[in-house]
Amino acid sequence: MGKFVAVTIVVIAIVSAIPILRHTWWMAEDISTHGAPIDEQMSETMAEAGISFLASQIILAYFIWRFSGSRPGEKVKHFPGGAKAMVWAAFLLVGTEVLALGVFGVKAWANIYFTPPAANAMPIQVQAGQFAFYFRYPGPDGTFGPLHADLINEGTQNFFGLDQDHDQDSKDDIVTAEMAIPVNREIHLLMHAKDVGHSFFVPELRVQQDFVPGLDVTLHFTATKIGRYEIVCTQLCGLGHYNMKAYLNVKSQPDFDDWLKKQAALQ
Amino acid sequence: MKAAQKIAVMSSALLLLAFAFLYSGNNVSAAGEGKITGTIKLDGTAPRQRPIDMSKEPSCAKIHESNPVHTENVVASASGTLQNVVVYVSEGLTGNEASAVSSDNPTWDQKGCQYIPHVMALNIGQHFKVVNSDQTSHNIHPMPKQGGPNHEWNKSQPTGAPPFDVTWTGEEVAIPVKCNIHPWMHGYMAVVKGPNAISDANGAFTLNLAPGSYTLTAWQEELGTQTQKVTVAAGKPATADFTFKAK
Amino acid sequence: MHDMSHAQAAHHEPTGFIRKHVFSLDHKVIGKQYYGLALAAVLIGMFLSWLMRIHLGWTNYPIPGLELLSKNGAPGNVMTPEFYLQLMTMHATIMVFFVLTTAPFAAFGNYFLPIQVGAEDMPFPHFNMMSFWVTFVGFLVLVSSFFVPDGPTLGGWTQYAPLSAVGKVSGPGQGLGVVLWATSIAIFCVGQLLGSLNFITTTLDMRTRGMSMWRLPLSAWAWFITSVMGLTAFAVLMPACILLILDHVAGTSFFVPSNLVINDQLQPHSGGSTLLWQHLFWFFGHPEVYIAIVPGMGIVSHVLVTNMRKPLLSHRVVVYSMGALAVLSYMVYGHHMFLSGMNPVSSLAFSFPTLVITIPSTILVLMWLGSLYGAKLRINSASLFSLGFISMFISGGVSGFFLAQPSTDIMLHATYFVVGHFHMVMGVAAMFGIFAGTYFWFPKMFGRMMNETLGKLHFWLSFVGTYCIFMPSTILEWPETYAVTRRLWTTTHSR
Repeated sequence: MGKFVAVTIVVIAIVSAIPILRHTWWMAEDISTHGAPIDEQMSETMAEAGISFLASQIILAYFIWRFSGSRPGEKVKHFPGGAKAMVWAAFLLVGTEVLALGVFGVKAWANIYFTPPAANAMPIQVQAGQFAFYFRYPGPDGTFGPLHADLINEGTQNFFGLDQDHDQDSKDDIVTAEMAIPVNREIHLLMHAKDVGHSFFVPELRVQQDFVPGLDVTLHFTATKIGRYEIVCTQLCGLGHYNMKAYLNVKSQPDFDDWLKKQAALQ
Repeated sequence: MKAAQKIAVMSSALLLLAFAFLYSGNNVSAAGEGKITGTIKLDGTAPRQRPIDMSKEPSCAKIHESNPVHTENVVASASGTLQNVVVYVSEGLTGNEASAVSSDNPTWDQKGCQYIPHVMALNIGQHFKVVNSDQTSHNIHPMPKQGGPNHEWNKSQPTGAPPFDVTWTGEEVAIPVKCNIHPWMHGYMAVVKGPNAISDANGAFTLNLAPGSYTLTAWQEELGTQTQKVTVAAGKPATADFTFKAK
Repeated sequence: MHDMSHAQAAHHEPTGFIRKHVFSLDHKVIGKQYYGLALAAVLIGMFLSWLMRIHLGWTNYPIPGLELLSKNGAPGNVMTPEFYLQLMTMHATIMVFFVLTTAPFAAFGNYFLPIQVGAEDMPFPHFNMMSFWVTFVGFLVLVSSFFVPDGPTLGGWTQYAPLSAVGKVSGPGQGLGVVLWATSIAIFCVGQLLGSLNFITTTLDMRTRGMSMWRLPLSAWAWFITSVMGLTAFAVLMPACILLILDHVAGTSFFVPSNLVINDQLQPHSGGSTLLWQHLFWFFGHPEVYIAIVPGMGIVSHVLVTNMRKPLLSHRVVVYSMGALAVLSYMVYGHHMFLSGMNPVSSLAFSFPTLVITIPSTILVLMWLGSLYGAKLRINSASLFSLGFISMFISGGVSGFFLAQPSTDIMLHATYFVVGHFHMVMGVAAMFGIFAGTYFWFPKMFGRMMNETLGKLHFWLSFVGTYCIFMPSTILEWPETYAVTRRLWTTTHSR
């Protein structure tokens, strides 16, 4: 039976590895400017994880095959090098590989979080609330009007709680249910949570960030390819969490300007 | 012998009368022979109804692709009449009329990610059906006044779930209803005593009432309430028009 | 070395059914009681996962009989989104607390630790008895949340605030359901603290003459290390749960900031921090997963040594590695919060210990592998499950490489990749540790042999079956067509 176990382990290891090695299925295409280091990090991690996985499963299988059962006549042996060899192997091989991953991965993270948004990044506010995302553009005056939590009224479509009668800055704010952005233009995303925790995830954009109620978090990114992408909520926010999504439309600059004008007329 | 027969006849008659009284109090679909008709008008410009973007729910967005829907907070026709106004009797009903429960079993439908109808009027204890005609799950969340006679509830109704049978326990004008999953879905349920009506697309309504003097109340979700005294005579339909001032 | 007669004098032979089998002070009976609790819990937890899976396969179809479990949760036997989340929350809570902490640690530990150190019993038998019954009450409180009108909480076993803290306004089950959940877990913590107290003192003070710490079997070391983790981790979770309960019943706002609007109503809270809950929870939560796996490591080491007919390459290295896991487990908890909105520098800071914790994990795997070299391993149900443990621990462990780095976590956080990862290490490896212990120690505990044929069948079905379930979950997270985020009643991707 030991031999069956060994064979099963090898089969499982190889069957698991094949789709990865052959890139049978691969990640969503990267449409961001900061995604390349992330994808590189994913590939390197996959290589290291994959090698560790295959090597250890195959060695396990081989040892089970070779050293199970009573094998009369053979003497019990000890691994040459003993525990010391194993500890050294762990520190040298695995230790260095994981630290390398960590060190090289800093750059991918720093690109996103330790660089400030460009001075001309377009600000867009996104509000996450049970169970939809709504977006706000500042309008020609470039300023977002203040939010009044007590004025929020979903029945009249005042999702942000704007007081357009009294707040000058709110008068030209544009509220939309879909997010459109011009291609190749940096966006400064201001993230506001209306009620509970939510998250903003666009796989193609290589962006995932939780909203924090009570703390407005910001993010910046640039999309490089025109298209329609999904924004999904990835933090459990209640019964409608499964349905909480919105669409991101990356448009050419003229198409985006057109769209924004149309949206302004609908306010 | 004769005396016993007399007693039997009289008690049967009394029993029949008693049944008639009991029965008349419980299950009336049309009361009285009088009628009030009227039109609800809006004085002023209707507030702009905003278009609803249902893109987060593609199955519903597709339904409205060629004909986008708008909010229904104030639905005014081109001729200035108001739809979805609840008209009911706030004073003047007799005991029986007030406790009568309509045997109508209206349907509160979720269709195209909208509530159809947007406003419903019901009697206390009147059964109504909540139905989901959409391909997506909805949740029905009525939010009656805290501490009032009606209790808040919140239930999901996936596609494939059977209709819900619901009743309300007390008068309330009106209970807001929302769907948490689709934040633009809003409606109202007005729970009133006695005959009631909702103005149609031409702002018209009809109430069937026994002859007498009544106070009618008209309620619109944004524009508030209006009252009017009306007297109904047998065979002569009375008119009661209401005009709401735009904000 | 302690005076044995002291312990003996404290033990007079119990008479009567209740004293012998119900409120027993005997560590062996308590161990068996814990095992029974874990068994009942795993059957319930497993049943809940069946319901979830049937629903995922047949969404919007009636599942016969479901309405009996919850009238509101399954109108016409069709599972609603809230009921799915409630089942998911209870599945995870029951499994993590009442199975994976109870069976490998409390059940086997109570039974075998005193025996392995050579003690008559634990030094505080009354606390020990209470630890079981308190844990049992915690279980009852948790299960009772199924029977309240709005049902159990739907916020996941992680119960992130404010969803968990604002009350029923945030969803069905978020009122009384959360209060019952938090109460049950707080009670559970008390039970486990009492247990940890006993385990630590037993190991340090009750060893028999000549039994130095280094002579202790690896399973004893594993229970000792786990109990130290338990003491510190549960001591943080319990007050966190109490603060959560206070937010519900005492009008406090520990975890709720101001200006939240739910159902168009401004919530009457201010001053709280949602991230605070996450820090408190995960400070407990990460050591918790090591509490779930370390006893399994000890059991597997023990079972293998017995069946290999040779000792492990190095007893001490295994002890040091398990100890390193325990110490590092406190420094890595922020990897659950990389994208939470906490300072991104903290995310990097947490990722380094997380990567470093790979080293003791690797050393352990290499110890087991290296010890297999030259062995004459007896194949039986216990050793099979031990080998399965090693294989699954490798698989689940390497998927951790991706989750240890914030940059790669951007793509994998909250997806089925994480679900695959933790099921492989906890749902399978830790379970296999329990199975290995069961097959190995059943004769000692219950006086009869288990059926070897059925045991092997159990192994094969479990080993192949769990790989078939969880390996695709991990791999299929890559492709854009299949990538799915987690905790969804159904997927609504509409590419």
